[in-house]
Amino acid sequence: MGSAEMCQDLATEVEKLLLQPSPYVRKKAILTAVHIIRKVPELSNVFLPSCSRLLHERHHGILLGTITLITELCKRSPAALRHFRKVVPQLVQMLRTLVTTGYSAEHSISGVSDPFLQVQILRLLRILGRNHEESSEAMNDLLAQVATNTDTSRNAGNAVLFETVLTIMDIRSAAGLRVLAINILGRFLLNSDKNIRYVALMSLLQLVQSDHSAVQRHRPTVVECLQETDASLSRRALELSLALVNSSNVRAMTRELQAFLESCAPDLRADCASGILLAADRFAPTKRWHIDTILHVLTTAGTYVRDDAVANLTQLIAGAQELHTYSVRRLYSALAEDISQQPLVQVAAWCIGEYGDLLLEGNCEETEPLQVEEEEVLALLEKVLQSHVSLPATRGYALTALMKLSTRLHGDKRIRQVVSIYGSCLDVELQQRAVEYNTLFRKYDHMRAAILEKMPLVERGSPQVGEEAKESKEVAKLSEAAPVPTEPQASKLLDLLDLLDGPSGDAQHPPPLDPSPGGALVHLLDLPCVPPPPAPIPNLKVFEREGVQLNLSFIRPPGTPALILITVTVTNSSGGDVTHFICQAAVPKSFQLQLQAPSGDTVSARGGLPITQLFRILNPNKAPLRLKLRLTYNHFGQPVQEIFEVNNLPVETWQ
Amino acid sequence: MQFMLLFSRQGKLRLQKWYVPLSDKEKKKITRELVQTVLARKPKMCSFLEWRDLKIVYKRYASLYFCCAIEDQDNELITLEIIHRYVELLDKYFGSVCELDIIFNFEKAYFILDEFLLGGEVQETSKKNVLKAIEQADLLQEGFFSS
Repeated sequence: MGSAEMCQDLATEVEKLLLQPSPYVRKKAILTAVHIIRKVPELSNVFLPSCSRLLHERHHGILLGTITLITELCKRSPAALRHFRKVVPQLVQMLRTLVTTGYSAEHSISGVSDPFLQVQILRLLRILGRNHEESSEAMNDLLAQVATNTDTSRNAGNAVLFETVLTIMDIRSAAGLRVLAINILGRFLLNSDKNIRYVALMSLLQLVQSDHSAVQRHRPTVVECLQETDASLSRRALELSLALVNSSNVRAMTRELQAFLESCAPDLRADCASGILLAADRFAPTKRWHIDTILHVLTTAGTYVRDDAVANLTQLIAGAQELHTYSVRRLYSALAEDISQQPLVQVAAWCIGEYGDLLLEGNCEETEPLQVEEEEVLALLEKVLQSHVSLPATRGYALTALMKLSTRLHGDKRIRQVVSIYGSCLDVELQQRAVEYNTLFRKYDHMRAAILEKMPLVERGSPQVGEEAKESKEVAKLSEAAPVPTEPQASKLLDLLDLLDGPSGDAQHPPPLDPSPGGALVHLLDLPCVPPPPAPIPNLKVFEREGVQLNLSFIRPPGTPALILITVTVTNSSGGDVTHFICQAAVPKSFQLQLQAPSGDTVSARGGLPITQLFRILNPNKAPLRLKLRLTYNHFGQPVQEIFEVNNLPVETWQ
Repeated sequence: MQFMLLFSRQGKLRLQKWYVPLSDKEKKKITRELVQTVLARKPKMCSFLEWRDLKIVYKRYASLYFCCAIEDQDNELITLEIIHRYVELLDKYFGSVCELDIIFNFEKAYFILDEFLLGGEVQETSKKNVLKAIEQADLLQEGFFSS
């Protein structure tokens, strides 16, 4: 554990010791050299020449140390890497001898000869073979041999096998070999030992991006692992299952995941719920199935669902014309059973308000016949209003739904009563709404029907556009609006619109009441306009230190306005390599961040191949984007850690 | 490997070997946190866990927890083997080792560990060689004390 100066002073001494006849001294000297190189990488050339000589040793301890030394050298310097590629055949031979020769009592563990040495050699082969065709080819046979011959009944064998699998996946191996590796991982999954299953799930998770189809074959086993009682295992299994969902298996997978949702631990529920919703979003075979799935998620894990799920669901239902009756009936029955799951209640209230007439009159073949009386519907909504488990926002939904029903149903006396009661409610939001609705009843009864008509379909993520349209049309339509009370009407309309505009009227906050009169009337009857195509956003340099630079480039795909793709590029113009580069990001709570695997973790000196990494950020609320980055890497042999917030993000990234 | 800790079921630290330079305060803090985390695990759970940015591999032998912290690229399964090999060495040396042996002869336990691992890497894969080195050191010691 010497310091850097001590290492520098003693380096030559250590080198001399490497030549000592006694193997006991030599092996210690080698490992000291390993430590020296970790501390002071510039001293690597001191030890380079001795390595090749030491490789010819027969003593296992010395060999082990030497391999570790070479591994360290290769990790830190590409020149050493090229130099040592020459010894690949020698290493291959060494490993082959180890695997094929018989049992050696002192080195073996349960039938596997010297697993420690085998694992080290495999690691070195992995580093040497990475991105290098020739070396990889030399190793192919050997890797296949090790993979098939190692005894897997004990942990030692599994350890070697695991290392082999990692090596196969990392080098440029033949496709058949890769499939073999994944099958081995699949076999691991069936093993009764939890540790091995954990290790297999971790590796499969890393591999699912690159070898998706091969991993798919093990899907049933992965799904079984969901049943594990151990939290870390079930979490890994959940992530892997979510990654494996595609259009062909989405129904089966969702069933499994829903079953899991019902039984899993609370901290996994949020992830599971959002995972199911996301998967349903991407791969839903039919709209009805989609609605069913979301409904099921809401009923089982309603409180863990993300905020914009409500908005998404209402938007979805509004879009599915033929399913209105079906949805409203299902939601009504669900609501009648249980009014405590807030997102469910909100969606149900909205639906009942919109399609109340369908609920009472429509005949629907897809659900059981449901005879619903007007009074029951009103009673249910009142119950929601009065219940103390309902959030203020939910009660807002319920009140508005009641109001809408006044045009859809026949008797509105009861509704008028309820509305006037809430005119003196303590909650400001409810009171305001109630007062406005009261006014609507009393003075503007003739307008009531027009105002409370059914909503047209709002495109996802266009509330921004809605605001602009309102602003621009306000001047033009001022003359058409009724003279004095444009305020309360427009606000009401905004309320109704805001309910649909899920993001800006996020259920948890009161919708903003901006006084843009008149134009809103027209907007309700017009279809919303298409958002303009996004202008390209300029790149941004966010970090520079000693020649290491980090640049961000942005893409806003026009089809999904809430999504922004950020590509992080790391370049190195300094004289030292950057290694073990890891970039982590943090965003505010309302955002969803997904980091994809980086292209690598090393940038060699003087303009070496840069690392790129893709971030996907979902910004459903259109909130200002804030991004905090944490970088850790080794530069000039020193570990560097930087944490900083990206300040000057262009406005186009989030608007 | 970054460090290895041995502690009892009551959370008392019996052995600690650090392969990275850290201040005393940091060491104590890490030890405390890790002991709590590992002791909270149920018996049927997996032997690996992620903690801070390290992977922790632990195994319980009778009343002692052997806990190692390895880096991201290290192989967890082979670390389990390393722990097992160390226990075997202790067993061979002390003859059916128990926690008391380690408590009363902790310096021997450290010697054995130092002969087996150096700088966080496995030094000697042959059990025989490690034990031989310890025996030689013991003889030297006895010679020193008796003369």
